[in-house]
Amino acid sequence: MNTVILLALTGLGLAALYFLVASGLSLVFGLADVLNFAHGLFLGVGAYATWWAAGNLPGAGSDGFGFVVAVAFGVLAGALVAVLVELVLIRPLYSRTIEQVLVTVGLSLAGVALLQATWGADPRTFPRPGWTRNVTSVFGANVPNAGLLLIVAAVLVLAGLLAFLQFTRYGLIIRAGVENREMVTALGIDVRKAFTLVFAIGGAAAALAGALGGVYFGTVSPGQGGSLLIFAFIVVVIGGMGSVVGSAYAAVAVGLLQQFVNYYGTSGLGDVCVVGLLAVVLLLRPQGLAGKVAHA
Amino acid sequence: MTEPILSVQNLSVRIAGLHILQGVSFAVAPNGVTVLLGRNGVGKTTTLRAIVGLTPRNGEVRGTVRMGAQDLLARPTHRLVRGGLGYVPEDRCVFAGLTVAENLRLAERRGTTPAYDKVFALFPELDRRGRQRAGSLSGGQQQMLAIGRVLLNDNRLLLVDEPTKGLAPKVVTEVAEVLERVAESVPVLLVEQNLAVVRRLARDAVVLSAGQVAWTGDAQELLLETALTKSLLGVGSEAPVSARSEPGPPAGPARTKGGTA
Amino acid sequence: MTNSMVDAPPARVPDELTPRPARWAGLRPYLPLVALLVAAILPYSTVNLPGIFEGPLNSPGTLQLLAICLVVGGLAAGYDLLFGRTGMLSFGHALYFAAGVYGTDILVTRAGLPLWQAGLLTVTGGTILAALLGAVALRTVGIAFAMVTLAFAQVGAILVARDFGGLTGGEEGLPLDVSGLPAALVGVTNTVNLYWLALAYLALVVFVVHRVSGSPTGRVLAGLRDDERRIGVLGLDPYRFKLVAFTLSGGLAAAGGVVYCLIVGGASPHITSSELTLSLLVMVVLGGPGTRWGPVLGGVLYMYLDHRLTAFGSSDAVNSLPAFLSHPLSQPLFVLGTVFILAVYFFPGGLASLRTRLHPLLHSLRRP
Repeated sequence: MNTVILLALTGLGLAALYFLVASGLSLVFGLADVLNFAHGLFLGVGAYATWWAAGNLPGAGSDGFGFVVAVAFGVLAGALVAVLVELVLIRPLYSRTIEQVLVTVGLSLAGVALLQATWGADPRTFPRPGWTRNVTSVFGANVPNAGLLLIVAAVLVLAGLLAFLQFTRYGLIIRAGVENREMVTALGIDVRKAFTLVFAIGGAAAALAGALGGVYFGTVSPGQGGSLLIFAFIVVVIGGMGSVVGSAYAAVAVGLLQQFVNYYGTSGLGDVCVVGLLAVVLLLRPQGLAGKVAHA
Repeated sequence: MTEPILSVQNLSVRIAGLHILQGVSFAVAPNGVTVLLGRNGVGKTTTLRAIVGLTPRNGEVRGTVRMGAQDLLARPTHRLVRGGLGYVPEDRCVFAGLTVAENLRLAERRGTTPAYDKVFALFPELDRRGRQRAGSLSGGQQQMLAIGRVLLNDNRLLLVDEPTKGLAPKVVTEVAEVLERVAESVPVLLVEQNLAVVRRLARDAVVLSAGQVAWTGDAQELLLETALTKSLLGVGSEAPVSARSEPGPPAGPARTKGGTA
Repeated sequence: MTNSMVDAPPARVPDELTPRPARWAGLRPYLPLVALLVAAILPYSTVNLPGIFEGPLNSPGTLQLLAICLVVGGLAAGYDLLFGRTGMLSFGHALYFAAGVYGTDILVTRAGLPLWQAGLLTVTGGTILAALLGAVALRTVGIAFAMVTLAFAQVGAILVARDFGGLTGGEEGLPLDVSGLPAALVGVTNTVNLYWLALAYLALVVFVVHRVSGSPTGRVLAGLRDDERRIGVLGLDPYRFKLVAFTLSGGLAAAGGVVYCLIVGGASPHITSSELTLSLLVMVVLGGPGTRWGPVLGGVLYMYLDHRLTAFGSSDAVNSLPAFLSHPLSQPLFVLGTVFILAVYFFPGGLASLRTRLHPLLHSLRRP
């Protein structure tokens, strides 16, 4: 029983990580039709910026409030990079979907190489508060605190995003834009401002995933974003593009499936099962669990 | 004649290599309803979408479209709309996942007071169903919502694309009544297939055929000439709207493509 | 873009060469053959090109690099059948290539099959794999299709990396057991034969892609690229045509994997990564999607630069630059990624469009 609880909670921790990456991807794709391969870069930027801030930024550190400052710095850096990417690289190619994907592909290659050039290819030890290395006993199972931290952060981000989408004017514009972007402009709204906003939100969430993922794994390396990104893509497709709630459900399904199968089956089998789940969902419901019918 | 509110000169649209509009020129009078007629696929919807700047990316637009002194083709859609060009698209295009109230709220603009009184006076139903999802409304109610959200703001000209398409006869009459009242204060460029509605509303008519203007003039005169309407529109003047056999492909350029090819 | 489906030319065939006087015009159809001939006799040359290659042209090192470039050129041309000619954005092409490499390697090294059997089985298996996965993935279109193919390819990467059943050698890779191979394909002195094999593969891919795009099927594929709905209106089933293209392209990639496995002498897990597919995309876009020679050029050049930039990055010229310049420049992927982004903005047609772009200039130079 303890094992099951432990697996469930670590699976949810993984799901939290996926959700943080996937929610932004999903919104960016749903609204702007951009399949953002550079999203893993935002995660890398967040992780490295947090790592750098903990060591160098005055007031920031690897423990207590200093760590909060360091993470905030990382999140800000991720959001900033995302906004710059949108304004400089994506916006000039407005509505040219394929070219936008190509640019994000180039950016993901160049960006990861740049991180590698600056901080080396080898993993760096991530600064983390002492308590995140400990475990908490949940119904007798010793669960790593870093995983619990991820779950709490993801739940807060989910709640925040839903509130934002439900109660603010921009949230309304984003929800409408995911459904029919053209009609939003036909009501006199400059939908591109909303694009920049979802990039900022997505960049911030991914950067948070980078920072907390660093805490969870204990290290940070340039390629970390890329491997997470693929599973985030799967989560986005399963959940339905443009749906934050769908991403949350799908992330939980993927995280738990992966964790349980990897434990009770062979290591790596869980990852394969996740792709199997993707295939099943596509065959039964091509538009994903929730969300608009995917279109080109 | 008074200065037209909208003048379209030599408008050409190519989409994915197909020449859908080939030098279309016409003017819209500053009051009343001007109706854009033609068989399916002659480019009526393409014309409206080109005017409001919604030609798809693989399309190419040439010519001039002026509203007053303003050249419309150079400007993005949201600016045009803010400048007083209201657009009610084909197939309603309400946001199905949003509530009626949210659909309306989306049309609100900073610095102006939305004319909810006016809209709710025209469509009391929209007030009552504020919390209902727009996707669960009937076709007629969706059409009311699509028109209502445009009327929340002041417009200098309304573009209305086939508002009676797919609606029951009784609802068609309701929509026509509403448009009649709207047209008392705002000029309307209307695409309409239902000749009974045209007869009731239209003052001027522009008939398109194969991407070109085939006829312009007084709409009532056009309707009197049965032979002419038959050759230009492919229907007798009394044919009901439901007689169209085309199953209604997706909105946008797709429906115009087959016809011109 | 071609204008309408019915009378569309089979493909935009660019003329790579600058305009020539008319008396040479009749030779143009034979230029590919001439190029093939030149490439075929290249290994007999002992010319030394300092700075471009490390040894003379016929040295094993240079020939191996050239052979890799040729295989990748062929791979890019096969990928273009999807991307440039049908408009399908697959992010999983590495899977079929990796299936070719690992399939050959495992069948030869672990199962001890003779090479021809291993090669045949691998190509057949790779083609079937592409058909099966394509049948599922093609239920989606556009961006979703890209994500699904990416996910499938990721399974391949996981299977290889986790070393299920001890077949793939995991992270270490699997060196090819050469004891059972034909003697002509083994050993440093026989690199030239591998070079010819690679050249033959490239020629095969170019020929197949050319024939396909010239056929009625190719015209339907071009129609799908330009506007899928129009094909549907004609009563043709887009799904089936796309599946044909996907399967063919996957089969060609698997065949490339067989050749690559022989040239490199084994398999390593990095060829299963999504980065390889992304690189293919970069090659095709840099070269010129939907053209006959663009993807080949793009592939050859990309692979060459990828190898040579590593040397360039550690050269004295780069090392003497300040750190903020020298560090990024020492990363081939940084340079290539940046060039790629610039190309998307400023050279949408890729290298193949250079001639048309330069044409007015040359014209004005000739007649001042």
